[in-house]
Amino acid sequence: MAFDRREFLKISAGMTGAASLGALTGCAAAPTNPAYKVVVVGAGFGGATCARYLKMWEPKIEVTVIEPNAQFTSCPFSNTVLAGINKMDDITFTYDYLKKTVDHFVPDSVVGIDTAARTVKTAGGNTIKYDRLILAGGIELLFDKVEGYTAEAQKTIMHAWKAGPQTATLRKQLEAMHDGGTFVMSVPMAPYRCPPGPYERACQVAHYLKQAKPKSKIIILDGNPDIASKKGLFLAAWKKHYGYGTDNSMIEYRPNNMPRSVDPAKMMVGTEFDDVKGDVINVVPPMRAAAICGMAGVRSDSSGTWCPIDYRSFESLTVKNVHVLGDSTLTNFPKSGSVANNTGKMAAAAIVEIFNGREPDSAPVVTNTCYSAASDHTAFHVATVFRYAAEKTGADGKVTPAAMVAQKGGGVSKEESELEFAYMESWAKNVWADTLGLPG
Amino acid sequence: MKKSLAISLLLMGALGAASAQAIDTKARFMAANCAYCHGPEGKSRGAIPSLAGLEKGYFVEQMKAFRDGSRPGTVMQKHAMGYTDAEFDALGAWFAVIK
Repeated sequence: MAFDRREFLKISAGMTGAASLGALTGCAAAPTNPAYKVVVVGAGFGGATCARYLKMWEPKIEVTVIEPNAQFTSCPFSNTVLAGINKMDDITFTYDYLKKTVDHFVPDSVVGIDTAARTVKTAGGNTIKYDRLILAGGIELLFDKVEGYTAEAQKTIMHAWKAGPQTATLRKQLEAMHDGGTFVMSVPMAPYRCPPGPYERACQVAHYLKQAKPKSKIIILDGNPDIASKKGLFLAAWKKHYGYGTDNSMIEYRPNNMPRSVDPAKMMVGTEFDDVKGDVINVVPPMRAAAICGMAGVRSDSSGTWCPIDYRSFESLTVKNVHVLGDSTLTNFPKSGSVANNTGKMAAAAIVEIFNGREPDSAPVVTNTCYSAASDHTAFHVATVFRYAAEKTGADGKVTPAAMVAQKGGGVSKEESELEFAYMESWAKNVWADTLGLPG
Repeated sequence: MKKSLAISLLLMGALGAASAQAIDTKARFMAANCAYCHGPEGKSRGAIPSLAGLEKGYFVEQMKAFRDGSRPGTVMQKHAMGYTDAEFDALGAWFAVIK
């Protein structure tokens, strides 16, 4: 592993020296060594959690958080806002508690990263030095991969794959749609943020339409060859609640139907096969790791899309002292809020160990649990325990790369249930509290 | 003699400081992992049970019961099957002392 232990030992030795000197002379002046600086870019599930746990586990580390949004808006549960079950206020939270925990909270966006000088430049003109940089920017949506998805078109056609004003606008569009209208939505090619999210969205919008506009239809244009997550459970929910498989189905599912173009004037989505007309159109374009990952040169997989990392620290495999969290990473984890939250802790745990001159855990074990709402009162889950397996070279010289191996016994619910809906609501309260330090 | 006693006291002091630092960081991370469902420090809001303050023997017994299926559950059997007995012990010890 490429940890710069010598530098850490040097710093801690220096700090001890300064402290002893202070004790001898009775001088209370600050140590001459500069503090160890960790800069976290992005205060979502990954970044905010990482910042909070760094301060909790090693208060000596100076933590700076840079975040452009004034408030935290949760992607998990945003589909329930489309259903009208929850309001925007229910998924929007203050950064006040996070601000009190970290050393500096900079409400700004990052416009440049110099990984040689180890500095981050913000739009507001600040240059911030780091010893370790945490990139937790989520995803960048690639509108130019869909013909006609211009800035102008984006005023009419929502993606709502980053929760916030997009979610609120899509809800308003659904409210304004007439009974008998068609809602056209898309599913990007895997891997993408929140694998079950699009199919849950279909459930939640169908729930709303069933109550308010029962003659309406939903067309799902899926770029994938099949339902990419919790297939059996979603099909069962669509059948049970929304007439799927009957002549009167509210949901029409079309696999291998990647949207290639949009036309907001004609309200059309073009696929390789045909043009699909909708009254409300919701297209999620292809995506890659956040723009800040491009600035740091850590989108280093073969296609320049995602960020390969060392699972023991979440440090980039290509750029030293830069760690990447959550949806931006190239891993075998699903891109979920739960995983982002836990990758924040994995990186924090490793950085605290390195700071103290110790080795990070060489074999971490970590879990994912992800709930999806089938209706307004039922939900189901997928749950997996992952265990680190180091790179192996076989007798034939074939190299198996390091991986987080899904342990036996993981998987999905047998069926949807009201109990799991209650657990899902509790999960949300707990993960929001764990991420943002919200009081009980 | 006096001098060596002073040195050993100094050494003990240093060791004491070191052992105060010797937190089971592996258990600390594994316990933190549970927080996204069971709440920060295992103190849950809502329907999911809290883990903070559970008696260690009870915690380990319940995890084993989830694993062998004798305690029915939703997600917990899937989690319990992925951990070792030693990890149950470490987690149980961690949560037991949280007030």
